[in-house]
Amino acid sequence: MTDGPLVERLRGIVGTEHVVTHQRQLATYESDGLLQYAVTPAAVVLPGTAKEVAAVVRACHDAEVPWVARGAGSGLSGGALPVEDGILVALSRLRRILEVDIPNGRVLVEPGVTNIAVSQAVAPTHFFPPDPSSQIVCTIGGNVAENSGGAHCFKYGFTTNYVTGLELVLPDGSEVTLGGPELDHPGYDLLGAFVGSEGTLGIATQIWLRVVPKPEAVRTLVAFFGSTVEAGEVVSRIVSEGIVPGAIEMMDNLSIRAAEGATGAGYPVDAGAALVVELDGSEAECETRFEHVIQLCQGADSVRIAHDEVERELIWRTRKAAFAAMGRIAPNYYVQDSVIPRTRLAEVLGTIDDLANEHDLQVANVFHAGDGNLHPLVCYDGAQPGEAERAEELAGLIVKACVDAGGSITGEHGVGVDKKRYMPSMFDEPDLATFQRLRCAFDPDGRANPGKVMPTPRLCGEVPGPYRRHPLEQAGVAERF
Amino acid sequence: MHVAEAPATREELGAALSAAAEAGTPVRLRGGGTKLGWTRPAPPEAIEVSTTGLNEIVEHNAGDLTAVLEPGVLLAHAQETFAKAGQMLALDPPDGGGTVGGVVAAADTGPLRARYGSPRDLVVGMRVALSDGTLAKSGGKVIKNVAGYDIAKLFTGSFGTLGAIVELSVRLHPLPPATATATGASADVDELARGAAALAQSALEQHGLDVRWETGRGTVLARFAGASPRPQAEAAEALLRREGLSTEIVDDDDSIWEEQRAVQRGPLVVKVSALPTRLPELLRAADELGASVVGRAALGLSWLRFEQPSAAAVKRLRQGWIAAVQDRPADLDVEPWGEIDPAAQALMQRVKARFDPAGVCV
Repeated sequence: MTDGPLVERLRGIVGTEHVVTHQRQLATYESDGLLQYAVTPAAVVLPGTAKEVAAVVRACHDAEVPWVARGAGSGLSGGALPVEDGILVALSRLRRILEVDIPNGRVLVEPGVTNIAVSQAVAPTHFFPPDPSSQIVCTIGGNVAENSGGAHCFKYGFTTNYVTGLELVLPDGSEVTLGGPELDHPGYDLLGAFVGSEGTLGIATQIWLRVVPKPEAVRTLVAFFGSTVEAGEVVSRIVSEGIVPGAIEMMDNLSIRAAEGATGAGYPVDAGAALVVELDGSEAECETRFEHVIQLCQGADSVRIAHDEVERELIWRTRKAAFAAMGRIAPNYYVQDSVIPRTRLAEVLGTIDDLANEHDLQVANVFHAGDGNLHPLVCYDGAQPGEAERAEELAGLIVKACVDAGGSITGEHGVGVDKKRYMPSMFDEPDLATFQRLRCAFDPDGRANPGKVMPTPRLCGEVPGPYRRHPLEQAGVAERF
Repeated sequence: MHVAEAPATREELGAALSAAAEAGTPVRLRGGGTKLGWTRPAPPEAIEVSTTGLNEIVEHNAGDLTAVLEPGVLLAHAQETFAKAGQMLALDPPDGGGTVGGVVAAADTGPLRARYGSPRDLVVGMRVALSDGTLAKSGGKVIKNVAGYDIAKLFTGSFGTLGAIVELSVRLHPLPPATATATGASADVDELARGAAALAQSALEQHGLDVRWETGRGTVLARFAGASPRPQAEAAEALLRREGLSTEIVDDDDSIWEEQRAVQRGPLVVKVSALPTRLPELLRAADELGASVVGRAALGLSWLRFEQPSAAAVKRLRQGWIAAVQDRPADLDVEPWGEIDPAAQALMQRVKARFDPAGVCV
């Protein structure tokens, strides 16, 4: 493969220096942010333009070779895990911001542009709301593939709510435009179907994004409680009062200890839960609501209010440090991304505690409390025989408990390769077969990121007969759409 | 058109579709029948299948701000139910909207779109029936979920041409305790557009931001909702006054927003998608064509209402604008969606062929 005609053709398209085939260099690309999985691709190609992306995909199509697209490789579900003997299309060279249109609140970017760069490009008046914790490195192309969320999506929504148009390369190498800078282009919402399709329907080479004005005021506090159950009750009360905070985040004791070790924010390490509540909006509205939230937090052991941007930044840095700081608690951890209906929080957290005790492992919880998106971190020591397996089993049982409570296996990390085995717990065979119909419409040969999302490999049958125009349609009397 | 007996369950609806597919008979799905002019007329041999027998509010999870609805539930009825818990489904199309299934299948929206988005942003899960008898679900009933493909978005706005929506999970929002609206009037399109733009780009959190234009007179309306709407409306009023508009604040503002919605219905209504900064140009075009306009100023979406339906007017409008025809007389010869980019059209047909291989959903 390395010296085969496909690699030669790819070199011709992007230039020899942008095709990686040396084993040592390929190792850089063998995993994404989920290091448990590693596969070495046959070659990595780094196209520099949309036209080159189309030519690369076309070459793969002609050679009948599968391919995987990759942005920054920060994904946590193995979505950008390469396919053995396949081509990895790295989009890191497509990183130009092509247009910034503040009066219309639009930005046109290439897929390799980082999430944070979009907000920076429209600052100080506007911002791009989806804010995954990895926003400094993760790319918009990856955000589109995964329909990324973040801490502020309870109020602001997800990537899919902010993409208005896409230039795509389809798996046969052809190009198509869906939507544009304007909203609501007539026709099926293929744009909506593409966002979150985890790289299985094609590659976005240009992306129109909507950005919004920055809120006038932001107020942030962190309240400490004896237990996650108490903090959870406060979340319910805030929401039932009709308050929609910009963000509501919770950390349990283990996460508080880990994060405190990392940032030294002065959090009480014996607290059972820390609840971060951030309100944003107009000055008057924010002030009224914030007073209300402070009242609702009266049962807390203590409340810290951010009085300036430095204090606010520390609260967020401590929250976002929780994942990385988990190394202080255990050598390894396994992240989950399950979602539950928020009202089932106390019950599911209780179940997770019981399961953790049964498996003799610690589980830390850091989560987006407003929308019920848990991130249980199953801590383990991979050097201890059997512990990794026990951790994986525990993680699986946690996912099951969340689905049984009416939730989802993934809120923002995607299914990828890691969670596809859980798909049958949420979806029955007819559901999965219906997903496959969409896949087949875009990628009948199954070469775009194969082996992801769907729990078992599937082929696309032929569409029964070519599309036939109904006589009435031909007569112009009726149409399909 | 032959009218089938209204199915009472999703299984019956699925069976009606697959029976039609086997017989090769086209099927036209119908909810409340408020948007029948928005698609091409069904062929004469088609059968009409109503969703109004599927009219249960399956779940209202007030604590989670979610609900599960059958498609034939009247939007107005659903709103009454949610309001008892101080909540709403943030969709406010004109006429009370008909059925929730119809609102979603037509992707119809009202002024609340400015703050809460359209059906595609509020539907979190969907069950569908396909013409080959398949009953399938996607999404779920939690507001954050990326498991599996987003089939709900594909069906939202597809007018029943891929299959039938047989159940919807939706996200709800708190009903605001109070509202207030700042209005600014002007007879100059540029001044009006400057007022709207100033608001669209301000940090004020608007519950609605609309414009209205008819025969040389226009208004910008900015609605605020929440615990303290009045100070925000005053701030908006100041912005509008600075741009030269004649302003006032309306506290009891429901009726002026009802009037906004009403312009979205008429003998001929064309929805235009544009960038917000093209508003003055669009208002001038509407004057030339003899149409009145309501628009969501920050979104660039506008509805042109023609009292005298004219295919020629639609054609002229389409020379410079992305325009979808909504209300219209059955005999007006215009394509509802207009011309679509050929590559996107081909992809749409591939999707159609996979979901409705018999090609009977029309």
